[in-house]
Amino acid sequence: MKGSAIRLQGLRKEFGGTTAVAGVDLEIADGEFFSMLGPSGSGKTTVLRMIAGFESPSSGTIELAGQEVTGLAPFERDVHTVFQDYALFPHMTVEQNVAYGLKIRKVSKAERLKQARKALADVRLEGFGKRRPSQLSGGQRQRVALARALVCRPRLLLLDEPLGALDLKLREQMQVELKALQREVGITFVFVTHDQEEALTMSDRIAVFNQGRIEQVGTPAEIYERPATSFVASFVGTSNLLDGDAAERVVGKPGTFSIRPEKIRVLKESALADVPEHATAVGTVAEVVYLGDATRFLVDLDDGGRLTALQQNLETSSEDVAAFRGNRVRLQWHRDHAVQVPDAS
Amino acid sequence: MTATQPAAGRTPVRRLAGLLHRHRRLRLSLLLTAPLLWLAVLYLGSLAVLFVSAFWTTNSFTSEVVRVWSTDNFHALLTTPVFRQVILRSIGVALAVTVLCALIAFPLAFFTARVARPRWRPLLVVAILTPLWASYLVKVYAWRLILSQDGLADWMLKPFGLGGPGFGLPATIMTLTYLWLPYMILPIHTALEQLPANLLDASADLGAKPGRTFRAVVLPMVLPAVAAGSVFTFSLSLGDYITVQIVGGKTQLIGNLVYSNIELNLPMAAALGTVPVVVIVLYLLAMRRTGALSSL
Ligand SMILES: Nc1ncnc2c1ncn2[C@@H]1O[C@H](COP(=O)(O)OP(=O)(O)O)[C@@H](O)[C@H]1O
Ligand SMILES: [Mg+2]
Repeated sequence: MKGSAIRLQGLRKEFGGTTAVAGVDLEIADGEFFSMLGPSGSGKTTVLRMIAGFESPSSGTIELAGQEVTGLAPFERDVHTVFQDYALFPHMTVEQNVAYGLKIRKVSKAERLKQARKALADVRLEGFGKRRPSQLSGGQRQRVALARALVCRPRLLLLDEPLGALDLKLREQMQVELKALQREVGITFVFVTHDQEEALTMSDRIAVFNQGRIEQVGTPAEIYERPATSFVASFVGTSNLLDGDAAERVVGKPGTFSIRPEKIRVLKESALADVPEHATAVGTVAEVVYLGDATRFLVDLDDGGRLTALQQNLETSSEDVAAFRGNRVRLQWHRDHAVQVPDAS
Repeated sequence: MTATQPAAGRTPVRRLAGLLHRHRRLRLSLLLTAPLLWLAVLYLGSLAVLFVSAFWTTNSFTSEVVRVWSTDNFHALLTTPVFRQVILRSIGVALAVTVLCALIAFPLAFFTARVARPRWRPLLVVAILTPLWASYLVKVYAWRLILSQDGLADWMLKPFGLGGPGFGLPATIMTLTYLWLPYMILPIHTALEQLPANLLDASADLGAKPGRTFRAVVLPMVLPAVAAGSVFTFSLSLGDYITVQIVGGKTQLIGNLVYSNIELNLPMAAALGTVPVVVIVLYLLAMRRTGALSSL
């Protein structure tokens, strides 16, 4: 059993009239790669800033490693932050930036330099120490910010959309590196992102935020396969929601159901449902979208409602795809994959 | 609107506009000729005349200018104790005013830029600038009243068993500090206002207490602005000779020597006049190394 790195209880934050964080309870274990996922404005940054100590909560408590720190200043917490726009000191060289935390800890000059160089090498920036932040590219600055935060070996690293400003290729590369680095140093990472794919690929666990609240906490598979709310279902991945009469006719019970597009098979209308645990529905293909590796079918069901199905392009090619439009098809999925979610209120 | 009609393309104004648009040099020269001429002829020209005449001498009986080259004036500047004293005193006054301005301006600017509510900030900036709208002479005479015998300064300090500074060197420094303070506050205010808040957060995040953050982050980032402000306070103080006449008592600064030499010994006045020019050029060169001039 690992200890807890962070425990948030009843955390709230109001700015004037607006409620940024509306009651968050959360426990993060030591050594976890934990992501906070949610649309912009959902309160992720505010929660992170309260953990770091830049904002004080309107109510609620924050514990770090079992110790209550709610009233402590940032410099009294064993936490470092990688800021969204890096916040590198422009008047210092890269090396001085990285060594700043060590200097404050009164590490000797020689030792400081050694550790800063090592930290820069760890993020593959050896030889850049004498440059100014303004002479680096976005990806390089991001890595300096990372080195600066990691060099002091905090118990906990907070990262606020650190990859947001990078282009796609670099972002994917940094995702892999970041994950490898976290495994290597064994520090707890709290990673804020609005990119569901990023959260799903990197995290041990994810908290999905919406309007200052946590909608669901779970492993990527749990979040994706078993969304607890319709918000989670629609925010994480593409989702089909069936509700009302359509749900009752197709699934067989009342409620709101989420089915992931890739779980749905597209068959000929005449194909018969063979296995009892399979559910089927017939409909007309309203739209076909060729995606290169896959094809997306939008099917209007005879029972009402519309489902999206995703098929790998094993045999189909772009020429065949258009011919599907207007066709009658049967959709089939495993009953377990129609996940009931609480009704959107 | 006629301008939107196609026929408008052929009017003379339009054709001229097109011509200017296509010929960048023509456009620039039309734009810059007048100001450049003014700068070159009037400003640099008079500086050149000043510099050249500093090498002439006067007939000591008639005070007539004798146009014979000699470096006697500069020799006299460097060797005559009175001249040397006045030059050093003037530089000292300019430096003292600059340091005082910086010390007073920093907390004020910190308040207007980072402590006061954002809504109030523009108003506070206007308040800082209002003294600049009043006449220079009015302000200096106001200080004369404050510092005069049994004036406001004496009256306020009396309960403490003290007296005001009276007229003299301290009064001159005080008055000049008051006069040029806005020129120091404004650049510091701007620099502090533009200081990204997350740099302060980052510093605290890495373990720095507020004092440390101030020394390691705020101060170095605002220093170019202080240097920029000091260019104003230093050069304005060095060139001033009216304030010292009004509140300086018997104190003499370079300006006074220039003024008193104009009638009797014009070349000497010219030589004295080149001193602040040279000092300010040296000061600017020193300040350029801090990056201050790019933030002016
Ligand atoms: N300093 C602040 N002053 C006023 N409102 C704020 C402040 N910081 C955040 N908010 C508001 O709080 C809400 C949550 O913001 P934030 O935590 O930045 O969301 P996220 O990081 O998920 O995008 C937003 O509506 C935002 O406008
Ligand atoms: Mg944010």
